[in-house]
Amino acid sequence: MNTDELVTLLAKGAGPVEPDAARRRFAMALGWGMAGTTLAMAMALGVRPDIVAVLSVPMFWVKLMFPALVAVTMLYAATRLARPGARLGRAPAMLGVLVAVVWVLGIFALLGAAPEERKYLVFGDTWIFCLISIPLLSIPVFIAVIWAMKGLAPTRLSLAGGAAGLLAGAVSAAVYALHCPELEAPFIAIWYVVGMSIPAFAGAMIGPRLLRW
Amino acid sequence: MSAGEDKLKNLMVLGNAGDTAAYHAFLKALSAHLRAFFRRRLVQLPDEAEDLVQETLLAVHNYRHTYDASQPLTAWVHAIARYKLADMLRRRTGREALNDPLDDEADVLVSSDEQAMDAKRDVATLLAQLPDRQRLPIQYVKLDGLSVVEAARLTGMSESAIKVGVHRGLKALAEKMRVSNEH
Repeated sequence: MNTDELVTLLAKGAGPVEPDAARRRFAMALGWGMAGTTLAMAMALGVRPDIVAVLSVPMFWVKLMFPALVAVTMLYAATRLARPGARLGRAPAMLGVLVAVVWVLGIFALLGAAPEERKYLVFGDTWIFCLISIPLLSIPVFIAVIWAMKGLAPTRLSLAGGAAGLLAGAVSAAVYALHCPELEAPFIAIWYVVGMSIPAFAGAMIGPRLLRW
Repeated sequence: MSAGEDKLKNLMVLGNAGDTAAYHAFLKALSAHLRAFFRRRLVQLPDEAEDLVQETLLAVHNYRHTYDASQPLTAWVHAIARYKLADMLRRRTGREALNDPLDDEADVLVSSDEQAMDAKRDVATLLAQLPDRQRLPIQYVKLDGLSVVEAARLTGMSESAIKVGVHRGLKALAEKMRVSNEH
């Protein structure tokens, strides 16, 4: 079959494409992925029992909003990376700003604390648990986002896989925040960031194999 | 912005909205641009250029829903062409290739080459290897030009199965093209 014949084959009866394919695919993936992650958190860990009381604590909202805003930023980046030739725009800068803000909060908290309290501000009671839970809870979102990307056409596969992983890790961290008993800025600045980075690195490593087309 | 960008973008947008004649003209013009693009980059592998033109055309078709009209067509086409080129080189050489610092995305829709060479691999042969539920819908709808309704009647498949068969069949064909790059 020569190329002109192939062109004729492809064009014949091609019909219109559904508009907004990328957005709708990501919306569906995120819906299912978040449902899976939230369900897993609620069943395996449970929402912290004093959740209502803690709603008036500013640091609870920092802990929730930081990963939520990272997730929004990475959703934008992931939808761009799923389309050939689309630029990332301000997403990397936005990510940098968000991390910088929690680090500044963490550093100020450490500077203001007595030296003997600092170790507790950093490690809390649950840092290992946090580091294990965030990557594990990110798995449903990760699978869903990779599915969304596979129906689209990422051309920078490591970057796309990494963005999928960071998006999944950020959603997972926001959901985990509803369980997490810690309320210190240094804890969030370190362990939430590292916890989200683990699925991001994993995604960047396996992205080229998962997303090839 | 090149003249190719404006003209082709217009045709692509019309094509994605359902204008089949515009879409045909788009793919035809695009194939000449892709040919020039790949020939320039595959000076040492001239036989591969036409295969890669066909593989990229199929990719453009299969993923045409990822094109957003607010984006330059040049950037979209270039990213796909470059991806397919890198993928082919990696499969041939077994390592990450395409280290081309001079590559300029702007030139993908500038030059064109109408002189088709023979493709090394025959798409018709790959098509014949697809399972019937994909092969028959493509044969009837895309090659014989029957309507979906007629193809459904002939095969005893439902109309949606015909559409799905065409869609999945073209994806499977793209995968067969990729794998056939491994020598």
